[in-house]
Amino acid sequence: MSVPLLEFRDVDLHYGPVQALRQVSLQVAEGETVCLIGANGAGKSSLLMSIFGQPRVSAGQILLRGEDITGKSAHHVAASGVAQSPEGRRVFPDMSVEENLLMGTITIGDRHADEDLRRMFELFPRLLERRNQRAMTLSGGEQQMLAIARALMSRPKLLLLDEPSLGLAPLVVRQIFQILRELAAGGMTLFLVEQNANHALKLSDRGYVLVNGEIRLSGTGAELLGNAEVRSAYLGGH
Amino acid sequence: MPAASTLNLRHALLDSLFAGLIALVVFGPIVGVVLDGYRFNLQPQRVAWIVGTVMLGRLLLSLFLQTATGRTWMQRFEGSGAGVHVLAPGHRSRLRWVIPLVLLAALVFPFLASKYLLTVVILGLIYVLLGLGLNIVVGLAGLLDLGYVAFYAIGAYGLALGYEYLGLGFWSVLPLAALLAALAGALLGFPVLRMHGDYLAIVTLGFGEIIRLVLNNWLSFTGGPNGMPVPAPTLLGLEFGRRAKEGGVPIHELLGIAYDPNLKFVFIYAVLLLTVLLVLHVKTRLTRMPIGRAWEALREDEIACRALGLNHVLVKLSAFMLGASTAGLAGVFFASYQGFVNPSSFTFFESALILAIVVLGGMGSTVGVVLAAFVLTVAPELLRSFADYRVLLFGMLMVLMMIWRPRGLIRISRRGFAPRPGVAP
Repeated sequence: MSVPLLEFRDVDLHYGPVQALRQVSLQVAEGETVCLIGANGAGKSSLLMSIFGQPRVSAGQILLRGEDITGKSAHHVAASGVAQSPEGRRVFPDMSVEENLLMGTITIGDRHADEDLRRMFELFPRLLERRNQRAMTLSGGEQQMLAIARALMSRPKLLLLDEPSLGLAPLVVRQIFQILRELAAGGMTLFLVEQNANHALKLSDRGYVLVNGEIRLSGTGAELLGNAEVRSAYLGGH
Repeated sequence: MPAASTLNLRHALLDSLFAGLIALVVFGPIVGVVLDGYRFNLQPQRVAWIVGTVMLGRLLLSLFLQTATGRTWMQRFEGSGAGVHVLAPGHRSRLRWVIPLVLLAALVFPFLASKYLLTVVILGLIYVLLGLGLNIVVGLAGLLDLGYVAFYAIGAYGLALGYEYLGLGFWSVLPLAALLAALAGALLGFPVLRMHGDYLAIVTLGFGEIIRLVLNNWLSFTGGPNGMPVPAPTLLGLEFGRRAKEGGVPIHELLGIAYDPNLKFVFIYAVLLLTVLLVLHVKTRLTRMPIGRAWEALREDEIACRALGLNHVLVKLSAFMLGASTAGLAGVFFASYQGFVNPSSFTFFESALILAIVVLGGMGSTVGVVLAAFVLTVAPELLRSFADYRVLLFGMLMVLMMIWRPRGLIRISRRGFAPRPGVAP
């Protein structure tokens, strides 16, 4: 097997005396869609943010295409082709939609800005309608689209998504996941962290289940969807 | 809904009663009790007058706001707090008429103005520089800096000390002071990179006080509270004094005109005006560049910035350093305009005044800051005959601003993007 795009090797993470991650190992191969599911406080977001060195891991290694990026600063990691749509969307409220998108080009400069803007507006026609509005005035779903589009503006190799379904109506969640499916079909590597296990597992090639900072289960999306333990814990038992 | 018939008198009376109660609490002890040596006299009739006026005023205001005109007024005020608005893509600012007019006025001004008016405007321009600098730090990057006056002091003392110990003049210190202040900005910036809001404010406040206390107490080096003399500025070896002191030639002798003590101030005014225009130009360019957008992004959401791979260390430091260097420039002008520096010019009150300029002008708005700088420095001069009430007026202005223009005199507005050729339909 070739070198995975992203790899965690026996990663430990502490917040002071509290251990958030224990011996976490996982891999994301190029072109793959991988999800990490788990309950509140299992350490999902910590795991995702540790890729950007915030917080720093206390033991183990994080590798990007075989290169050790453990403890590298966020802008270094971003410059090596990782982008993320952060938890809670975090669009810049007082900036217009287009300015938000341009903020995504920070790591690569605005050489491709025009071309990429056009691509984003094709992918998210809603953003085209809203392009000169302040991001604050967008609906939750539109803000999520903006956050994803903003991340894509840096032409990443790996897109990290932290709970893209957070606080959205079921119909909107379906739309967002449809877009993610299109992205994955286009060859983008996705690593997403979700509480909405049903949607996430259906989308993903493979999945990991995180419980109390440890990887409890892993398998293909379909396997995990059929797993009795997963069904009872994360899919409401039916 | 019929407008006139719905005047709710009961509501208005309650409003008025409530306002009267507040007035009683506020004015009762202050106005009603007059100290007389160790005893005090009660003066209830004065309190009664004030409370009565307040109640009547509130009653009338309350009734007025219930009429149709009043309601439209209210709506206007409430709508003004809605934050940043995005301009239409083809929007052309009215400023393109105003700017040439202001420039023209600025050119003619020194030939018409008296010396007093000239010095007042020079002071105004110095505060414009300070406001523009702090606007980068507070208005754009959102880093609350309460010790900004420290950089101003560094600029001013840079000229005084540079002259005293190194024999440097106005022109050589001008760039050096900007550099020195920027270095001090970086020095302050590094330890405070991790701080936000209140904590940052306290640390910067401390920094401002440290600089002032050092200047005040290092008698052998800075002259302490006695201050230091500052040389008069020169232009290519030409001097503006009646007689040459620095071995140059007095400019009035060269030009063959009578000596005019105004010349020094006209010269400072001219250089200062050019500097302000330059800073304005650089600043408007910067805000349109990625670095300006990065400052604003940092103000709006630091976590998102980091997630996007923004080097927040670089962005914060650049804001601190650029802001500081502008204050350094202002300091040099202030010192040569006064001809003398001492630490009492650089107290916390100055920092607060500059911050007030930025807040009143509208955080991040360049035009607003320029306006507010003039309002807050020139207005007190014009109101000298009301000197006792200056602070009261200041307070009332602040309260009115917070009601009518909570985002500052001039709201910051964003330029809308026109659909570029090739970008989407």
